[in-house]
Amino acid sequence: MNLLTIDPQAIDWARAQFALTAIYHWLFVPLTLGLAVIMGIMETCYYRTGRQFWRTAARFWQRLFGINFAMGVATGLILEFEFGTNWSNYSWFVGDIFGAPLAIEGIVAFFMESTFVAVMYFGWDKVSKGFHLASTWLTGLGATISAWWILVANAWMQNPVGCEFNPDTVRNEMVSFLDVALSPFAVDKFCHTITSAWIIGAVFVVGVSAWYLLKKREEVRELALESMKIGAIVGLCASVLAAITGDESAYRVAKVQPMKLAAMEALYNGGEDVSLTGIAAVNPFRQPDYENEQEAPLRIAVPNGLSILATRTLHGYVPGVNDILNGYTRPDGTVEPSAEEKMERGRMAISALAAYRKAKTEGNEAEAAAQVKVLQDNFKYFGYGYIKDISELVPYIPINFWAFRVMVGFGCLFILFFAIICYMVWKKQGIYAPLHIQEKFTGWKAKGMHWLLILAIILIPCAYIASESGWLVAEFGRQPWTIQDMLPVGASVSDISSGAVATTFFIFLFLFTAMLCVEINIMLKQIKKGPEL
Amino acid sequence: MTYEFLQQYWWFLISLLGALLVFLMFVQGGNTLIYTLGVNETEQRMLLNSTGRKWEITFTTLVTFGGAFFASFPLFYSTSFGGAYWLWMLILFTFVVQAVSYEFQHKRGNLVGARPFQWCLILNGIFGPLLIGGAVATFFEGSNFIVSKMNLTDGMQPVISSWANASHGLDALLCPWVLVLGFAVVFLTRILGLLYFMNNVDDENIRSRISVRLVGQTIPFLILFVAYVVHLMLKDGYAYDPATGIISVVPMKYLDNLLELWPLAILLVVGVILVLYGIIRTIISKTYIKGIWPVGIGTVITVLVLLLLAGWNNTAYYPSTADLQSSLTIQNSSSSEFTLRTMFYVSLLIPFVLGYIVYAWRAMDKKKITPEEVQQDEHLY
Repeated sequence: MNLLTIDPQAIDWARAQFALTAIYHWLFVPLTLGLAVIMGIMETCYYRTGRQFWRTAARFWQRLFGINFAMGVATGLILEFEFGTNWSNYSWFVGDIFGAPLAIEGIVAFFMESTFVAVMYFGWDKVSKGFHLASTWLTGLGATISAWWILVANAWMQNPVGCEFNPDTVRNEMVSFLDVALSPFAVDKFCHTITSAWIIGAVFVVGVSAWYLLKKREEVRELALESMKIGAIVGLCASVLAAITGDESAYRVAKVQPMKLAAMEALYNGGEDVSLTGIAAVNPFRQPDYENEQEAPLRIAVPNGLSILATRTLHGYVPGVNDILNGYTRPDGTVEPSAEEKMERGRMAISALAAYRKAKTEGNEAEAAAQVKVLQDNFKYFGYGYIKDISELVPYIPINFWAFRVMVGFGCLFILFFAIICYMVWKKQGIYAPLHIQEKFTGWKAKGMHWLLILAIILIPCAYIASESGWLVAEFGRQPWTIQDMLPVGASVSDISSGAVATTFFIFLFLFTAMLCVEINIMLKQIKKGPEL
Repeated sequence: MTYEFLQQYWWFLISLLGALLVFLMFVQGGNTLIYTLGVNETEQRMLLNSTGRKWEITFTTLVTFGGAFFASFPLFYSTSFGGAYWLWMLILFTFVVQAVSYEFQHKRGNLVGARPFQWCLILNGIFGPLLIGGAVATFFEGSNFIVSKMNLTDGMQPVISSWANASHGLDALLCPWVLVLGFAVVFLTRILGLLYFMNNVDDENIRSRISVRLVGQTIPFLILFVAYVVHLMLKDGYAYDPATGIISVVPMKYLDNLLELWPLAILLVVGVILVLYGIIRTIISKTYIKGIWPVGIGTVITVLVLLLLAGWNNTAYYPSTADLQSSLTIQNSSSSEFTLRTMFYVSLLIPFVLGYIVYAWRAMDKKKITPEEVQQDEHLY
């Protein structure tokens, strides 16, 4: 039975809506994750020392946490249901695997978060110190476990494992839960994402503290300095870990998503001894002519760098966009088929599925057995059967290329920045020098301290830009696939008109933007007011 | 554990989650009453902070309900959410704005003032239960969708399920019985909200008003609820032949289910009695403030029974009015045996989760909300 024709524009609006809601969600969640650690440390200090100062500090950051938390919850609700509302075909085709992490996220993580956040906010004078401290950490733990499961789900989209296609039920079905839950791709993604969230929490705390110092708010000087110390230590550890886990993640991308890596690097033609692009003049406003250009113009690169990072060998083979499209032979002799061949085999798999189902209906077991063999032999390329033109297989290179560089560039800057602050803390220099010494700072020393504090504030939006850039790489680099190699976006959507999706897109845009503006203003007022002393 | 057992088990868990969600929507019901039950700002702040400590649990239950449905019955998740698009979007819009309405309302720097957020709480309080109740009613009244899995092999139009009209779910609101159940849920959540305030807010003025207001909410609730239950018992249902997979219309199918699954009939009676007991005792007693518990437990039991009647005993829980054979049953819409078994082991954590929720709830609600607290503590909503 043929249903209503799918509106092609509905695909792009569905992608836009998911991108919008995910980007907004990721504005709030990292601060929740990052601040949770810092609040937990401060309240632990209060619990251990009994000093009222630490209670004041913890309650101050919890206040800001609370303002932000509500937005994370609000934007997250949509995402939970959006797989169904806008991506219903995807939800059916892979729901047997994909649904489980989402359900576990709710049962194990969300309830923990929502139960103990109420104790954390309202329970200061209602429950014991120990129970309150436990609630603070459990709120953060709940948020972190939630991140684990949703990242398991996202990692599975990038590298679908632990499943098999069932032609009788016409869907993919889970065969190994551990392969899904503990896939190396998921582990790396989780570690990298969590540490990036801790960076945001740290940058936020350091930036807000820097503002108090710049404004010479003497009544909160101690709180600012102590918060900055904790923030810088957490930030430095998180930044270094993010770099290490980022390298691991990229290594895995090279293995299972070579086209994404090629897009990240604007690598049109690969080979052995491939250099790592530092910068190049990739036009941000149009897809480059990768078929005809040898490489991106004005390219500055590190020799052999990409071979080392992608293959962990000096001369490793790294395929470029054209290699992946035209097919290539790996160093071990195995052949990666061309895109045309994959598309042909994908069409064979889809036809075999139709023929199998027809044969089963007619009771023709011999024909059914023959067709299921064709299906199994070609199922690896099933998703390619929906692709109409090989150009669809190339993600939008400029976004991947520039977003990756923005993320890595800021990541390096954060390491340097936090290292400087930590050095000052250790050596009791700069802003951590005794006041009577700071008062004697002149010239470049005084200016340097001043600009360091300004930089701390500027880095707050930079951290968000870096974090969102990472997600742009992850998700734009995956295109055209909702599930890598298995199901493209065009075969994943719901049967809804583009007008309906466009309408809800703009409703969400208006709602979330309005709520964001209110939140930022409330945050700024709260920061200006300062803690309750 | 057989595949069939796992499918029935997961329908039980989904039904339980749905039942708990209806109970926890006392938050929504209570929110519709804040600005009429509370006559001054202090009273309104007390009521706001009362539901404000529980809104996240309700929210989480809604999210988990969706996630659990996705994991256990992915064909329902894809068909209903992707098809009844506007119905679910309206539900989500009201809950999205509710999430920030507590936190932002009275904060310095709130650009739009308190009033819009107060309206958001009221709108969510009315339309959340109404639309969720309406969505549940479609389990019995049917929905206008078609499922054809072999569309997956059509390269141009591979989507397997579609809504058979352009309203994408809004057509459900044209069915009077959907509205009857929806409004019954609205009044029920207001009753639950009143009872929760009675228990949680330590103020004699508010408590005395609650006793009076309860009557005004209970009468329409009983009329609507009894009308719907009678209608349900007398209406046609959709039976599924497990041997052939054929779905057929059966007269008085839900009454048939209730009689064949007679323990559910007993539970239904127990649930209704508990609800009536809690309401009546609260109305007539000047000192009884624990009505939320019998009414809440009774609500969970009653809704649980209704949802089990929708899916157990080879009943199509999501009937299609466009193509009968597209109707969804527990058997034809569930995840694979492997996934259900895996999720079964995860579900063993549920008692532990319920345990710590109860523990934290009791710890926080031991001290009731007082006028002094809302006047002195700046951290409150």
